[in-house]
Amino acid sequence: MTENYTKNIVIVGNGMVGYKFCEKLLAKNEKFNLIVFGEEPRVAYDRVHLSEFFSGKSADDLSMADVNWYIDNNITLHLGDPIKEINRETQTIYSFKGLVQSYDYLVLATGSAPFVPTIPGIDKKGVFVYRTIEDLEAMTSYAEFAQKGVVMGGGLLGLEAAKALIDLGLKETHVVEFAPRLMPRQIDQNGSKLLQHKLKEIGLQVHLNVNTSKILGEEQITGLQFADDTTMSFDMLVISAGIRPRDELARQSGLELGPRGGIVVNECMQTSDEKIFAIGECALFDGMIYGLVAPGYEMAEIVASYLCNIDKKFKGYDMSTKLKLIGVDVASFGDPFICEPDCKTISFEDSNKGVYKRINMTHDGKHLLGGVLVGDAEAYNMLLQTVNNKIVLPPNPEDLILGARGGAASEGAGVMSLPDDALICSCEAVTKGAICSAVMDQDITTIEGMKKCTKAGTGCGGCVPMVKDLINGTLKENGKYVKNVICEHFNFSRQELLDLIKINNIKSYDEVLDTFGKGDGCEVCKPAVASILASLWNDLILKQATIQDSNDRFLANIQKGGTYSVVPRIAGGEITPDKLIVIGEVAKEFGLYTKITGGQRIDLFGAHLNDLPLIWEKLTAAGFESGHAYGKSLRTVKSCVGSTWCRFGLHDSVSFAIEIENRYKGLRSPHKLKGGVSGCIRECAEAQSKDFGIIATEKGWNLYVCGNGGSKPQHAQLLAADIDSETCIKYLDRFLMFYIKTADPLTRTATWLNKMEGGMSYLKNVVVNDSLAIGEELEAEMDTLIKNYKCEWLEVVENDEMKKKFNHFVNAPEEKDPSVSFQPMRDQIMATQW
Amino acid sequence: MTEDVLTACEWIMVCDAKDIPENGGACVKVEDEQIAIFNFARRNEWYATQNLCPHKQQMVLSRGMIGSSGDSCEPKVACPFHKNTFSLQTGKCLSNDEYEIKVYPVKVENGKVFVSLE
Ligand SMILES: Cc1cc2nc3c(=O)[nH]c(=O)nc-3n(C[C@H](O)[C@H](O)[C@H](O)COP(=O)(O)OP(=O)(O)OC[C@H]3O[C@@H](n4cnc5c(N)ncnc54)[C@H](O)[C@@H]3O)c2cc1C
Ligand code: FES
Repeated sequence: MTENYTKNIVIVGNGMVGYKFCEKLLAKNEKFNLIVFGEEPRVAYDRVHLSEFFSGKSADDLSMADVNWYIDNNITLHLGDPIKEINRETQTIYSFKGLVQSYDYLVLATGSAPFVPTIPGIDKKGVFVYRTIEDLEAMTSYAEFAQKGVVMGGGLLGLEAAKALIDLGLKETHVVEFAPRLMPRQIDQNGSKLLQHKLKEIGLQVHLNVNTSKILGEEQITGLQFADDTTMSFDMLVISAGIRPRDELARQSGLELGPRGGIVVNECMQTSDEKIFAIGECALFDGMIYGLVAPGYEMAEIVASYLCNIDKKFKGYDMSTKLKLIGVDVASFGDPFICEPDCKTISFEDSNKGVYKRINMTHDGKHLLGGVLVGDAEAYNMLLQTVNNKIVLPPNPEDLILGARGGAASEGAGVMSLPDDALICSCEAVTKGAICSAVMDQDITTIEGMKKCTKAGTGCGGCVPMVKDLINGTLKENGKYVKNVICEHFNFSRQELLDLIKINNIKSYDEVLDTFGKGDGCEVCKPAVASILASLWNDLILKQATIQDSNDRFLANIQKGGTYSVVPRIAGGEITPDKLIVIGEVAKEFGLYTKITGGQRIDLFGAHLNDLPLIWEKLTAAGFESGHAYGKSLRTVKSCVGSTWCRFGLHDSVSFAIEIENRYKGLRSPHKLKGGVSGCIRECAEAQSKDFGIIATEKGWNLYVCGNGGSKPQHAQLLAADIDSETCIKYLDRFLMFYIKTADPLTRTATWLNKMEGGMSYLKNVVVNDSLAIGEELEAEMDTLIKNYKCEWLEVVENDEMKKKFNHFVNAPEEKDPSVSFQPMRDQIMATQW
Repeated sequence: MTEDVLTACEWIMVCDAKDIPENGGACVKVEDEQIAIFNFARRNEWYATQNLCPHKQQMVLSRGMIGSSGDSCEPKVACPFHKNTFSLQTGKCLSNDEYEIKVYPVKVENGKVFVSLE
């Protein structure tokens, strides 16, 4: 062979795998003539997402690459021209349109065809298969006149076809399956039961154990007859009874086939003729057809490597899958079906939530063998990795499917413990090692960047959460500072941005964005900047209403159904009988549900947006002010009754609580703030579970800070002991202002302290010993905020323009939202449940 | 004559431009439908979508914050409830492939906002 002879590589089939083969071969930079013959009239498209054709994707949207890609890469492409014959002796092929082409190597990527059983009547009108865009087009036009549809076959593709029928607007959709369960290749009996139940909820009727014997009708299908002679009427049938490899060319040219079809290949994907390869769904390796796209891509990689003299072998492929079927997560991995006594099995079922999980382990409980997940497949990636990498199981393997109960489970830690060759993205065959080195060597730190660089996550997308954890984990392990930037629009932490806004004296969001950000902002940075502006200037937040979270924009808490709840301030929990009566009257007039809150005040639920200004007219007239329950701001200072009535009380805790609550009311902060004052060590105000808590002692007050109730309770820690009221307030000013200026958005004081280097002793130094010499500054800043306080609701009530903003319809101001509805509950109302 | 009728039923005048807050939204009633109108003043663009958030069927999208996403600055709105975000241009849900909302043509002329429900 002369040196500048370029070999002809001819590819038969321009499907997903045939296309991928071209892409992979080109990437290897060796020179070949690539000639492709495709039977379908269009370039290769993404069959995996074929059903998206029904949700409006066009053939172009689905294509793997457009025609120009083939031209740019010098690929000769013949579409709509299937190959009819191979002459192996002369190494030539013959096409349907009469083209003759010689090859040095031939790659068969002919895929598969739907298996259509020989049932009498199968050729009637209205019977379809589900594989190509043309099939879908034919179904769409037929479905216009059909009411009742049925899918034959309850496997993965059958259920997808059933979803398509629902989407096509058929009144009734059924699935008939020969086996005793759905998705017999992926899930077990219990999983199938649960899945069937969930599918029923969305209107899909499933019939198991049925054997179709005849298709009824004259020219068109009118129904099915079953082996037990019962019948059901249908207008349309989709057959999804499995696939058959397209091996007709191989058969014609005498290549070795499997007993039930499929082109036999070795571990280099060579057929019985060493010049001819077969890849994708037409290839039979080790007695198996691989009906998924990922193994097909791996086969393409093997052949491309072979032709470039790279030694790579096909070693079989993991058939684990995770998918969303009609909105239900279903996954199976490893060996899903192995049972006792060959293994130990743990299963968990919650038929209320529609969740079923099963894991199979070795007898010693050390290794995971496989399992099934239905309804909630979040754990899939990690479980699959645990099987594939033979990771030793934790002592309580049930945690893998139930989640750790009690004790903090650190997510993400798991990914970093995987070996480097763990396959993270199986669609594109990207390993953990490849992802981590992209982070370290190429400074890739985002998912988008990773997709471009390694292709990880570009297939089914299922591995994206894991890729994200790997990026962050790698950055941390390498001591790279993972900066908590606010969002894509600001490359600053909250503290940095606060300093910048303050130094430059900026008062509006737009100016902040123009000066320090990019793009048009979002729902993350808008409220974060709003909070910073409020913390710095305490200007009326409604002046920039549209950068506020919905609650702050309408000065009330949005609840289920789109109504709001109203909480007037009741400082220290002290209220007069007259004011109680006003609250009662308002609640009655506007039909509100009332409840006493954990913060010693009263919450009124179920208010229409339009009613909010009217409600507040009455409340402010009676002397109430906003309780700021809607804001990231001071909520309440809870108190116990103290020395005025209590026989144990040391000081007047109620008066002090009221003083403090009124001092800091309206104060905007990174997150909500709660306080408490107790009159003695019995601690009836539970002050040690608050962001700041004050407890009376014989000599004065003990001040505790950074406690938290909520989901992760944490006790407050002592900041100063036995101090007088004035000192207590001074320290509180400094503490709160320091928190406001340095915490990340939406970080409670407890978390803020936990992340602070030096912890409590550092905080004590700053606040009590003034180690940073900022004490006076902090106090002065707090003073300005306090002076600028105005009741937001009073401002609205006195301003007709602002009141207008609370109309649900701007073009029908008197009309309330007609979609709001309530249900009765214990003599009151509750929101209609979602 | 017929032409007049046609154009009249295509564009429906729904409110004054000043009724919709800058860089935010508000809801209008068109026949029996609730439509959210957004005044993206920062970009000098207007958008209209259904008011219903498909996630939990809540009539609230007009009360959501708007902004942009990605290098292409895709305009979007975030539902106040669980912060699912939707493209104002295509209606595609950017946070969850399963949802999508309707978007409507909208225009502003002489200080009036018009939408077309076609
Ligand atoms: C609705 C649907 C949903 C699916 N969902 C998933 C999923 O979620 N995950 C997954 O992994 N897999 C899924 N699959 C399977 C996946 O699409 C296939 O595994 C993949 O397409 C196989 O690629 P292939 O190239 O081998 O075959 P194909 O994509 O079928 O391509 C073969 C091509 O060769 C052409 N051809 C055949 N004979 C000739 C000839 N003689 N001359 C010229 N051309 C010829 C055919 O017309 C066809 O265009 C799904 C399949 C369908 C139909
Ligand atoms: S209701 Fe809109 S995001 Fe949940």
